[in-house]
Amino acid sequence: MTLRLDKVSHMQGGQAFLRDVSLSFERGTLNVLLGPTLSGKTSLMRVMAGLDAPTEGRVLVDGKDVTGLDVRKRSVAMVYQQFINYPAFTVFENIASPLRVQGKPHREIEQRVHEAAKLLRLEPYLDRTPLALSGGQQQRTAIARALVKGADLVLLDEPLANLDYKLREELRAELPRIFEASGAIFVYATTEPTEALLLGGRTICLWEGQPMQIGPTAQVYRRPESLRVAQLFSDPPLNLAEVTKHDGAVVYSDGDKAPADGRFAALADGAYRVGFRAHQLAVADGRPDRQLGRHVFAATVALTEITGSESFVHLKRDGTNWVAVLPGVHEFLPGQALQATLDPGDIFIFDRDGRLVAGPPQE
Amino acid sequence: MARLDLVDLAHAYNGGTTHADLVLKPTSMTWRQGGAYALLGPSGCGKTTLLNIISGIVRPSRGKVLFDGKDVSALTTQQRNIAQVFQFPVIYDTMTVGENLAFPLKNRGLPRAEIEKRVSEIARLLDLEAYLGRRASRLSADAKQKISLGRGLVRADVAAILFDEPLTVIDPALKWELRSKLKTLHRALDLTMIYVTHDQTEALTFADTVVVMHEGSVVQTGTPEELFARPEHTFVGYFIGSPGMNIVAGEVRGREAKIAGHTLALKRSYDSLPAGANIEIGIRPEFVSIAPPRPDLLSAHLERIDDLGRTRFARVRVDGLKLAAAIPPGLTPDGEEVGLTFDPAQIHVYADSRRIEGAA
Repeated sequence: MTLRLDKVSHMQGGQAFLRDVSLSFERGTLNVLLGPTLSGKTSLMRVMAGLDAPTEGRVLVDGKDVTGLDVRKRSVAMVYQQFINYPAFTVFENIASPLRVQGKPHREIEQRVHEAAKLLRLEPYLDRTPLALSGGQQQRTAIARALVKGADLVLLDEPLANLDYKLREELRAELPRIFEASGAIFVYATTEPTEALLLGGRTICLWEGQPMQIGPTAQVYRRPESLRVAQLFSDPPLNLAEVTKHDGAVVYSDGDKAPADGRFAALADGAYRVGFRAHQLAVADGRPDRQLGRHVFAATVALTEITGSESFVHLKRDGTNWVAVLPGVHEFLPGQALQATLDPGDIFIFDRDGRLVAGPPQE
Repeated sequence: MARLDLVDLAHAYNGGTTHADLVLKPTSMTWRQGGAYALLGPSGCGKTTLLNIISGIVRPSRGKVLFDGKDVSALTTQQRNIAQVFQFPVIYDTMTVGENLAFPLKNRGLPRAEIEKRVSEIARLLDLEAYLGRRASRLSADAKQKISLGRGLVRADVAAILFDEPLTVIDPALKWELRSKLKTLHRALDLTMIYVTHDQTEALTFADTVVVMHEGSVVQTGTPEELFARPEHTFVGYFIGSPGMNIVAGEVRGREAKIAGHTLALKRSYDSLPAGANIEIGIRPEFVSIAPPRPDLLSAHLERIDDLGRTRFARVRVDGLKLAAAIPPGLTPDGEEVGLTFDPAQIHVYADSRRIEGAA
C-alpha cells in the first residue's frame, strides 16, 4: 500500500495546523515524525487516519482518493499517548477486540493474540484487567491491540511519553524489530531526538505544520539542511554563534578569531550563523591545549550537571549559552573561566535565512 | 528551611502489617537543610508515597517525620509550611503572571514591598520579567509550568519545596533550560528541595544526593558519581545509566570471574562470598569494549548497533547472555563475530543483588 498526502492543509479555529503538506508513505516502512508540541504531528496523523478531513488537499491510498472517507472504512490502527484500553476486559480480550469485530474464527484469534502478547512480553498478564497492570503494561496492551488488527496503517502518537524512562528505553529498542515483522506503514510521532535515532527508519522533521526535511533518520541527524532541523534534532540543544568572515579570518561575535580555512575558505565574505552539537565542544581548565586547527573560545561556566557517566557543562558566552558534554565526571564551578575548543570540521554553517551552506559531509 | 528526619517510616494502604502489605518498607533517613535531593525509581516503587508522607498528604502507618527536630507527623501540609510543584501547571488563568507569582506571598500576608522584591527576584531568575503583566491564560504549557515553578520557589520561609515530576510535560529543548534554572535557583536561594522522578537524567543532574527506590525500599543513597561508579544493588546498576549495567550470572573465585566459560581477571579478591548466594557480575557498558576477535578475548555475536548520535553502543550476545558494549571511536565492526575487552577495575561482584566489596 502507498499512502499519499497531496497538498494537504488543515485549519482549526482560524489556526493552521498543517500547511500545504505533500508526503508519500510506503508499505513496510517506519516513519518518524519529529517536532515539538504543536508542530503538526497529531494533526497529520488524524488526517492520515481519516479522523479529520483536511481543509484543503487530498489523501490517496494506492492512487485512490479517500479524502473524507470515514475512519471505520479504512484499515487504520492508532495508539495514543494516554493508554486507552477497555477497563472491564482482560488483556486477552483487549488485544482480541479488533479481531472479534472483524469476525475472525476463534482459533485464529487465539493464535494471533498469543503472538502479539509474546512479542510485547504480555503473556503472563493475559488474564488480568488493565487496571491491575503498570502503565507500561497497559501501553504495551494498547500497542499489541494495534498490531494484531493487521491494519495497513499504524499510527503511534508519542506512545512512550507517559512511561517510565527505563521502560521507554526498553520499548524503543524493541519497537523497530516489532515494526519490521509487520509490513504495515508505521508512523511514529515524537519530540525526542534520541528516540528518533533509536527507532531509525525515515524521519520527517515538522515545524509549524510543514515538513522541513525528510530522509533516512541518521542522515537527517548528521546532515540537517537548515538551522531549524539542526535545532529540532539536537539534544542537548544545538550551540549557536554569529560569525563574520572577512579578510581570510572567521570572527565570532564576541571577538574570538580563527583563520578561515577548511570549509570556511570557500565561503563569500559576510555574516553567518554557525551551529554545532554539544559533544563536539571540548573544554579544559588551565592553558588551552592549542590543538592544531581547532577554534578556541573563552567562556565562563554557568553550571555543571553530572550524571556519573557524563558531565554537561553549561557555558556563558556573550549573551548565549552553550552546553558541552564530556564523558566522565568533571566538576567545573560556576563563574570559572575556561577555554573551549572545537574542530571547525564539526561546524554547520548557515546563511542569514538559516539554510545550510556548508557542514560536515554525510558519512 | 529545615532539616528533615524520617524516623522508622513505613506505610501500608490496606492497613496490613506484613512485609508484603507495606508499600513503603521501614525507612529512616536524614535530609540536611539546603540540600538538593532526588527520589528516583520506577512507578510503583514507593517514591510518591514517601513524598506524600513528607508533605502530610499521607499519614504513615508507622514512624515519624521531624522538621528541625520537631515532630510534624500529625500536621497538615499547610501547617508544615511546604511548597509543592506538580507535573501539570497549577496557576490562575485569570491573573497576570506577576499576580500568580505573588499569590503565595499575599496569602501569607507579607508586606507589599517585600512581595514585590521577592516576585521580581524570582522573575529575574526564571527569565519571566517580560511576562509579569501578561495574563497567564494566553501562555503556552511550557511557560505555565515555568510559572508553577516560580510559585513554588517564591516563598523564602518554606521548610522544603517538593517537586513531583515537574518536567514530564516539557519539550526536550526547554527541559535543558528549566533544569539548569532550577539548579541555579537552588544555589541562589539556599532551599531544601526534594525532586521526585522516574527520569535518571533529571534526578542525576538536579540532585546532590539521589535516593534510589525499588519495591518500597531505598536501595542506595549517594551522589550521581557514586551511583554510577559503585552501584550497591543490581537494581541501581540497571536503573542508572543508559543503557544500564550489564548484570550476568558468573562464578567468582579469588581474583577471577568466569562468564560463559571465559575467565576474567579481577582487580580485587573475593575469597569469602556468602555460601549459596546467587552470584552475579556487573559491569557498565562504558567499560566493556568490542574489538576485532582474538583468541584471548571473550568472543561475542554482534546483534545490532544503537547509534545515539554522540555515542554508539553494540548489543552483543555471548551464549545466552546479552550485553551492551562501547564501540571505540573509529572502529567499524567487520562481521558479526567480535571480541570483548573488560576494564578489570570496573567489574563488580554481587551476591543476592548486593555488591560485595573485594579485598585489595
